[in-house]
Amino acid sequence: MAQASYPEDLLYHPEHDWARIDPADPEHAVLGITWYAQDALGEVVFFDPPSVGSTLQKDAPYAEVESVKAVSDVVAPLSGEIVEVNTALAENPGQINEDPYGEGWLVKVRLSDPGEPAVLMDAASYRGSLAG
Amino acid sequence: MSASSLPALRRTPLFDQHVLAGAKLVDFAGWEMPVQYRGVREEHVAVRTSCGIFDVSHMGQIETSGPQAGQLLQRLLSNDLDALAVGGAQYSVLCREDGGVLDDLFTYRLDADRYLTVTNAANHERDLEWFAAHAREFPGARVEDAIDEWAMLAVQGPLAREIVQAISDAPLPPRMAVGTRRLGGAEVLVCGTGYTGEDGVELLARPEDAPGLWEEIRRRGALPAGLAARDTLRLEVCYPLYGNDLSVERGPIEAGLGWCAKEATGFIGAEAVAAIRAARPRERLAAFVIEGPGIPRQGNPVVGGGEVTSGTLSPCLGVGIGMAYVPAERAVAGTRIEIDVRGKMRPAVVKDKPLYRKGS
Repeated sequence: MAQASYPEDLLYHPEHDWARIDPADPEHAVLGITWYAQDALGEVVFFDPPSVGSTLQKDAPYAEVESVKAVSDVVAPLSGEIVEVNTALAENPGQINEDPYGEGWLVKVRLSDPGEPAVLMDAASYRGSLAG
Repeated sequence: MSASSLPALRRTPLFDQHVLAGAKLVDFAGWEMPVQYRGVREEHVAVRTSCGIFDVSHMGQIETSGPQAGQLLQRLLSNDLDALAVGGAQYSVLCREDGGVLDDLFTYRLDADRYLTVTNAANHERDLEWFAAHAREFPGARVEDAIDEWAMLAVQGPLAREIVQAISDAPLPPRMAVGTRRLGGAEVLVCGTGYTGEDGVELLARPEDAPGLWEEIRRRGALPAGLAARDTLRLEVCYPLYGNDLSVERGPIEAGLGWCAKEATGFIGAEAVAAIRAARPRERLAAFVIEGPGIPRQGNPVVGGGEVTSGTLSPCLGVGIGMAYVPAERAVAGTRIEIDVRGKMRPAVVKDKPLYRKGS
């Protein structure tokens, strides 16, 4: 997508990651990188996913995305255990650019600390942090 | 992160054109340069299949003139300057006494006693000092910094010549030749050289003429291409990049540039280069292709010895490619190697250069 967008239903981490928690299933979160992150990176050509069952530590890198030019760590916005990875990205990593909040999702995790989501930013705060 | 926060960077005469075209601007050797416009791959493919236009005005120029200009350059540059005719272009390296490479350069012979040498932006000041220091031994040679006199555009791709020819007052110089032409209203030095592995020209123009030239060539079908595409294009055809594949730590023989080192001319560093050529180098710059996933990057170790100096995902081949200095006996096509890409061992195979060939 060409225009910056930060959906209201997501939580945001300052390292330009998002988390989507379905209120009907608060123990799980889907994670990805924000429009800002994919735009800064340029065309993503490789996503090296972590394996299912591995654990994420909030604020620590858990995967890598690469553009033609550079490699970038993906930082975990929340702690947990990976229950699913987006295997379609192996064939089509460009989805991270084209649809960062949809088809470009990276992993689904089972959250290990129910208190963590509360410290993430909402869309307005995240947008504000980018303007600064 | 925003371009406006970059401190005191130099801008080329085409800065406004880059901003209007939506370029991502980065600090490159102290210059605020377009790394890409809409996307690296689109720009890369345009150069391989039609035509791209690059602003390379950050590159430096040194003019050497006078009755001893040729003698001075013969002493400085690794190639044989006597073989460079008026209107010709020649590639060479600039070596220290120990054979280490200070820069790699194109020199154009504009007249019997007048030469223009194009430097890498990051090396320009050092090159200039080196030229000036050695010019003292040649009182009949004058060395001048010409960086502010020239803007430089590279028009590259299978349609590049056709596009530039259409606005030229005379046939364009062929490959490895240079000549002055009128392009539109501007007097331009047209050089049959490039850094992409495609046909095309490099244009040395007066800074005030550069924007008009850029617009006209764009209007005729050239896609603006940034430094990122320039890097992937050159790496597919295994042209070395100074600061990555070339440095003062290594000489031209190790880098695979022995073809442009003519030790019989007595250039500075010739003895050291001749000794390495005779004894055979311990390491050589090898080109390789990753088998399977993974993108090699500069600094990745090669298992069993050596280091990646350039790496990327090849837009044309669709796989990770790179160049690495490896022990000479392993720098042979077909040798299987492993690259340590941030802890993951990625199998690779050494290939003949270039990695990309037309029609492959």
